[in-house]
Amino acid sequence: MATTTDSTAAELTAVTPAIAPSPGALRRGRRPRAVLWLALPLAFIALIVLIVPALGILPDPHRQHLDETLLPPFFLDGGSMSHPLGTDKLGRDLLSRLVTGGRLTFLIGIVGTIVAIVPGTLIGLLAGYKRGWVDTVVSRFIEAQLALPFVLIALAIIANRGSSLGVLIVVLALTGWAPCARVVRAETMAVRERQFVLGLRAAGASSARIVLRHVLPNLTGVIVVLATLQVGTAILIESALSFLNLGIQPPDISWGQILASGREVLTQAWWISTFAGVAITVVVLLVNLLGDALLSHYDPKKRKF
Amino acid sequence: MNSNMALFGARKLGAALVTLLLALTAAFALGHLSGDPVYNILGPLAEREQITQMQQELGLDKPLVEQYTTYLGDTVRGELGDSLQYFRSNSELIRSRLPQSLQLLGVAMILAILIGVPLGTLAAVKEGTWWDRAASTVALLGQSVPVFWLGLMLILIFAVRLRLLPSGQSGGIDHLVLPAITLSLLPLAHIARLTRASMAEVLAEPYIDAARARGLSARRVVGWHALRNAALPVLTVTALQTGVLLSGAVAVEYVYSWPGLGTLALEAVQFRDFTLAQAVVIVGAVTFVLLNLLVDLLYVVVDPRLRT
Repeated sequence: MATTTDSTAAELTAVTPAIAPSPGALRRGRRPRAVLWLALPLAFIALIVLIVPALGILPDPHRQHLDETLLPPFFLDGGSMSHPLGTDKLGRDLLSRLVTGGRLTFLIGIVGTIVAIVPGTLIGLLAGYKRGWVDTVVSRFIEAQLALPFVLIALAIIANRGSSLGVLIVVLALTGWAPCARVVRAETMAVRERQFVLGLRAAGASSARIVLRHVLPNLTGVIVVLATLQVGTAILIESALSFLNLGIQPPDISWGQILASGREVLTQAWWISTFAGVAITVVVLLVNLLGDALLSHYDPKKRKF
Repeated sequence: MNSNMALFGARKLGAALVTLLLALTAAFALGHLSGDPVYNILGPLAEREQITQMQQELGLDKPLVEQYTTYLGDTVRGELGDSLQYFRSNSELIRSRLPQSLQLLGVAMILAILIGVPLGTLAAVKEGTWWDRAASTVALLGQSVPVFWLGLMLILIFAVRLRLLPSGQSGGIDHLVLPAITLSLLPLAHIARLTRASMAEVLAEPYIDAARARGLSARRVVGWHALRNAALPVLTVTALQTGVLLSGAVAVEYVYSWPGLGTLALEAVQFRDFTLAQAVVIVGAVTFVLLNLLVDLLYVVVDPRLRT
C-alpha cells in the first residue's frame, strides 16, 4: 500500500519493522557467539517449563487453598517460601502456575509460528518467482491482510465462534502469513534474477525444482530470522487476546491468562500480573534479540545499519 | 499537478479500493463461514421457530451470495445494520465512541513521532556512543513489552501508589496521559529504530559530505538535508503502524476503561453481538486503508522525484 520505492534495504525494514536490526548490536557485527548466548537462556526457560511441572516438586497449579488467598511473595511481609511468588485469589501457587502456564505460552509461540511461516513462505515464493498476475493478486491479498489488524480478525471470528485454542491458532495463522510472504516475495524476486537461476532454467529444470531446491535454500537466513521474530509476535498476540478474555480460558493456564486474572485484584495483589508480565517480556525480549543476532549472522551486509 | 501525479494518484486510489474490497470480503467471510451465529446467540435450548425467526430477521436464511451482495451494498451506503445487544443502529453507536478513540490514537501517534524521530536521529548521529546504545535498548524493550501490561504497571504506580493521575475513564487531559503514553510506546519503538536505520544510511551519502563541505552547520545538515531524505521509509512505517496501533488501542482502552471503539467491540464480542463486531471491524479496516492512501499521496509532497 504505502510502498512505492524499489526494495532498498530501508524499505524492506519499513515493510517489516520487526526485523529492523538493533543498530548498536549490528554495527559492531555480533559474532555467532551472540546467537548462542541468546539461545541458551531461551532454551533454559523452555526446558524449565517443559520438565519442572512433570517432576512434582511444585504444588499442583490447579489446587485451591481458600485460606491462603492472595499471599504475597516471600520477600514481602506475610510471604513465605512455601509459596515463593505468592498465591492468586483462589490460593493457587503462583510460581507453579507460571511454570505450568509457560508450557501453553511456548507451545502457542511455536505452533503459531509454524502456521504463519509455512504458508507465508510458500505464498511469497510463488508470487516472487512467478511474477505477473499471480504476483499482483498475492500482493493485493497481502495488503488487504495487513489492513485487518489482528484484534479485528480475532473479534470477527470470536464474535461468532467463541474463544478456544483452535481459534487462537487460526488467528495467528491468518495474521502472520502476510508480513512473512511480503519479505519472502521481495527476496525471491532478487534471487530469481541471479545467474545460477538463469542457468538452471536454460538447463530445463522445472519451476518447482528451481524454487524448492535452489531458491528456498538461499532464503534460509531470512526465513529463520522471520520465524524467530514471529515466535515473539505470537506470544504477544496470545497474551493480548487472553488478556481481553478472547484467548486462553480457565482452567487452561497461559502467561497471558495469568496476567488477565491478576487485573481484577491488581490493587490487593500486584505480584500476579507483574510476574506474569515480566515472564512474557523477558522471553519476547530474548526472542527479539536472538532475531537481531541471527539477522547479522546470516547477512553481514545488513550490519552496516 | 501534472499528468504523472494524477496517474500516480489514480493508481494508488485503485489499489486502495481493491484492498478495501478484499478486507471487507474477509470480514464477511470470517463472520459467516465460521458457523451460523444464531445458534451461538440463542444457545442449544432454542426452539426451532425461534431460530428460523431470527435467521429471517438477520437475513441469514438467504443464500450466501445474496447475503454477501446485500452486505457490500449496505456497507457502501454506510448502513452497518443494527446492534443485537443495544437495539440501536451500529453506525450511531460507533459515531458516539469514535471521537474518543481517535483522540487517543492521535495523541499517541503524535507522541510516538515527536519522541521516536529525535531518538532515532540522535542514535544515528551519535553512532556507537552510549546515546546510541541507550536509544536502541529503549526501542527494543518497547517492542517486547505487552502494551496492556505496561498499562497495568503505570496504573499501579501513578494511580494506585502515587495517586497522581486517574486510572481510567475519559475526562480531562489528565485522563488522557496514561493511556496515550501506554499506546505510544510500540509505534515509538518502531519509529525510533527505523529512523536510526534510515538516517544512518542517508548520513553516509555523498551529498551529506557535500553539504558539510559547503560549511553548513551540523544542525542544518542533519535537520534539513538528512532528515528530509530519511523521512520516506519512516512515513511508510508510521502508516503501517496504525494497524498495530488499532490492535493496541483495543487492549489499552480495556485496561483504562476508555469509552472508545475498542471497548465497544469487546462488549459486542462478549454478548455475541456479531453485527456490531462486524461493523467495528469494517470501520477499523476503512480507517487503516484511508490512512495508507493518505500517506501514499503525501509521498508526492515529500518526494519531489515523483512529481516529474
